Amino acid sequence: MSLAQHLPALQVVLPLISAPLAVLLRRGAVAFAIVTAAAWTAFAIAIALWLQVAADGAISYHIGNWQPPWGIEYRIDRLNSFVLVLVSGIAAVVLPYSRASVEREIPRESHYLFYAMLGLCFTGLLGITITGDAFNLFVFLEISSLSTYVLIALGRDRRALTASYQYLIMGSIGATFIVIAIGLLYLMTGTLNLADMATKLAAIKSTRPVLAALAFFTVGVSLKAAIFPLHQWLPNAYTYAPSAVTALVAATATKVTLYALIRFYFTIFGESMVFKSLPLPEIMLVLSLFAMLVANFVAIFQTNLKRLFAYSSVGQIGYITLGLSFDSVHGLAASIMHLVNHGIAKGGIFLLIGAIVATLTTRQGMPPAPTFDRLAGLAKQMPLTCFGIVIGGFSLIGVPGTAGFITKWHLILAAIEKDQWWLVGAILISSLLAVTYVWRFVEVAYFRAPPAGSAPRGEATYALLIPAYVLIAATIWFGIDTSFTVDTALDAAQLLMHNSR
Amino acid sequence: MNNDKLILAILLLPVFGALGILLARRWPNLRETVTVLTAVSLFAGVLQLLDPVLAGLRPAVALLEPLPGLPIAFRVEPLGMIFALIASGLWIVNSIYSIGYMRKNKENHQTRFYVCFALSIDAALGIAFSANLLTLFLFYEVLTLITYPLVTHSGTEQAKKGGRVYLAILMGTSMLFLLPAIVYTWHIAGTTDFRAGGILPGDLAPATVVALLALFMFGIGKAALMPFHRWLPAAMVAPTPVSALLHAVAVVKAGVFSVVKVVVYVFGFDILSGHTDWLIGISCFTIITASVVALNADNLKRRLAYSTVSQLSYIILGAAVLTPLSLVGAALHIAAHAFGKITLFFAAGSIYTAAHKTDVSQLDGIGREMPWTMGAFAIGALSLIGIPPFVGFLSKWYLISGALAGERYVVAAVILVSTLLNAAYFLPIIHRAFFRPAHDDPHHRSGHGEAPLPMVIAIVLSASGTFIAFLFPDIFLRLARGIALGGTS
Repeated sequence: MSLAQHLPALQVVLPLISAPLAVLLRRGAVAFAIVTAAAWTAFAIAIALWLQVAADGAISYHIGNWQPPWGIEYRIDRLNSFVLVLVSGIAAVVLPYSRASVEREIPRESHYLFYAMLGLCFTGLLGITITGDAFNLFVFLEISSLSTYVLIALGRDRRALTASYQYLIMGSIGATFIVIAIGLLYLMTGTLNLADMATKLAAIKSTRPVLAALAFFTVGVSLKAAIFPLHQWLPNAYTYAPSAVTALVAATATKVTLYALIRFYFTIFGESMVFKSLPLPEIMLVLSLFAMLVANFVAIFQTNLKRLFAYSSVGQIGYITLGLSFDSVHGLAASIMHLVNHGIAKGGIFLLIGAIVATLTTRQGMPPAPTFDRLAGLAKQMPLTCFGIVIGGFSLIGVPGTAGFITKWHLILAAIEKDQWWLVGAILISSLLAVTYVWRFVEVAYFRAPPAGSAPRGEATYALLIPAYVLIAATIWFGIDTSFTVDTALDAAQLLMHNSR
Repeated sequence: MNNDKLILAILLLPVFGALGILLARRWPNLRETVTVLTAVSLFAGVLQLLDPVLAGLRPAVALLEPLPGLPIAFRVEPLGMIFALIASGLWIVNSIYSIGYMRKNKENHQTRFYVCFALSIDAALGIAFSANLLTLFLFYEVLTLITYPLVTHSGTEQAKKGGRVYLAILMGTSMLFLLPAIVYTWHIAGTTDFRAGGILPGDLAPATVVALLALFMFGIGKAALMPFHRWLPAAMVAPTPVSALLHAVAVVKAGVFSVVKVVVYVFGFDILSGHTDWLIGISCFTIITASVVALNADNLKRRLAYSTVSQLSYIILGAAVLTPLSLVGAALHIAAHAFGKITLFFAAGSIYTAAHKTDVSQLDGIGREMPWTMGAFAIGALSLIGIPPFVGFLSKWYLISGALAGERYVVAAVILVSTLLNAAYFLPIIHRAFFRPAHDDPHHRSGHGEAPLPMVIAIVLSASGTFIAFLFPDIFLRLARGIALGGTS
């Protein structure tokens, strides 16, 4: 079957085409239909690819039939097939949701642009994930970043503009660093194909340009992935972006850059170079701890719910980098599974916060910020929405029966394997911090009296609730049936560790 | 239906019950009928498992594996059977009581109350039947979270504060200590199954044994070992039926149940022998200190709460002494304390409902107004002090015999001293109620009479339970002996 062979290309091409189509047709509803169809098809393709890789091993696809290393290769293995499912899955959930949410948050005349940008954004993310070519990766990174800047700037709050600008500056610096790294690597190896680059690098690993490339790449990705302390753009961007954008970006953008980091560390530079000969694991460990403890602590004192969970994201990214720093199968597996486990929980939470914002928005009015004053006593009026946020919060805490627990278990196991009991303590204290910030929301929504003079509001519409609850249900599902997350992550981690030795 | 499927049916029943309660929320009578019917059929279901377990069978069922090699699995053994029988049996009585209490006191959110209650019992049964530490931990945390709305039921500032303490201590201990203990057990043993004789490798360093045991004992915060006992008095802000069934039976017994389970089926007597002196010390300290605090507490529910803290440590003590007899005593005391303490809480709730009194010092002469309630209170108190013909006598007998068999004379002495303390904080209440004249109190009219009928029925049922269990302790004893065999491989 010829079509099935071309699934890797279609994975990116279909969403890529949907964006210009949306612009050409100019009608909000049509644009919505096209991009949504593209997202769902992409999700179906990602699942098909994941199944194929699980059954037959890695797939190598040559764009335009040009043989690698000259042509662009798409290479799909256990690791990125897993990330593809996450990105396309989140997009497939966020798009149907965005219709009802965008209605209230973005002026009607720019709806088609919004959908086009959303399409480009997840096209870029899928491209970064699937490609086996270093420069191609950079191009897709720019596609996703540029569309994200636009999407954030579409927020109705004026501060969205400064947030977007801040992200633009920091993101561009990050992208520049990444392109410098890729340039240096190209200079040293004469190839852009990742697999080819890895073999050629083996002989010249300790040369200065390669070390410089590693440093540039690490810092560049740290900026894009909001690794502490390069996370300053994230809280503002998440807070002021339109709700659907926050959910999509929070669930996927940082995860994909972290994927790129894992890919470069293990496939290209090699585990022994990154973790054995350089003090990188120590640095990463310390920064992860700061992220987990400081960002989660700062989250407790936020009064805007979006900002609270934005800081929580910085902390949760700390879990992912902590897992990396262990340099062990269980640690790496914890990082990989947390890409999905955190993505779905945070995506679900931001969708529900968006549902609150949309419900509190009056017709033609500005969407209000979800501050605690406005959320007081909200559980009475919007019980399903608030309960969903609490369940998502359980996953951030790592309550057993949720996806977050599965990650936490592997992180603790990895720390115990290394006899690092103090790290076990640090991981657990950071989850207690998570209890605290989740419970701040609980006490506001369930115990405080509603603000005086507020009009009674009903529950959010099902168009908003159902997509959000798909993700919330997924956090429970992946806490109980982990054959997708844990098996894939362990497999991928074993392959990565094995191949890079 | 075979026994394995029956376990799943039992665990699903309260979930469906909760759904039924939710659907019937507009018709209170139907809603309460659903609760009582669910409770009765749940108890009937648990009873179905009794015979196979007594016959030596261990019905078991495994579900998905959230972690490779670590399934969510259930296996019914004697100790779990005792806990399940008590939790589900007393739920029937408590449901009857709740109807009277919640309606007479015109509590809000009654549907939420009954839904959370059904789910709490479900979580307790999940703990009772769990076949490994992961399953136990899962339901342990669920129980904490699902009882939180019950503790903070009234929604007042005080309830919010109580809820904070409740959650902070229970989640804090379980996350900081219990979870690492479980992961470490998995790391060194390669399994977390509960097996007779324990699962830990025999060559563990003594310091590791003590450290791991400490993580487990303090991690199981629901057992209220000092200094992590403060959540229990804090939880008293809940409506009294919650204090009665959850914070005298289901939640706290889930704690001591887990303690016994860990001692017997994770460590085993062989590994632990010689390493439990510190635990004996702390539980003795908890017994005495909590009793002294109870002695000075004027608020009735607070006094009962500290009495619970003290009585829970009897069970921990019974496990820590590591003799078969003391273990029988511990298992029996899970049942004995349940019957006694639920009666006392029922009485406290009835007094509050009928007379709006909450303090011991207000109770002068109340026995003449509420003879059934205070009569039942007296019976429950006598049972807890350990006076025949009530079941509390039996469990204390076994605990003391076990201590003597293990040549732990100090332990025996502590139990005797604490018996005196029990008498010192219970008997004055009975004395006030029956032998002091009611003094004129402008705030509280007399002539209020008994509490509503459902409450009286419930309290009489639970009080007679202490007597019946004394006469027919056979089932509990047979189950308890089944556990004692599990300590040694």
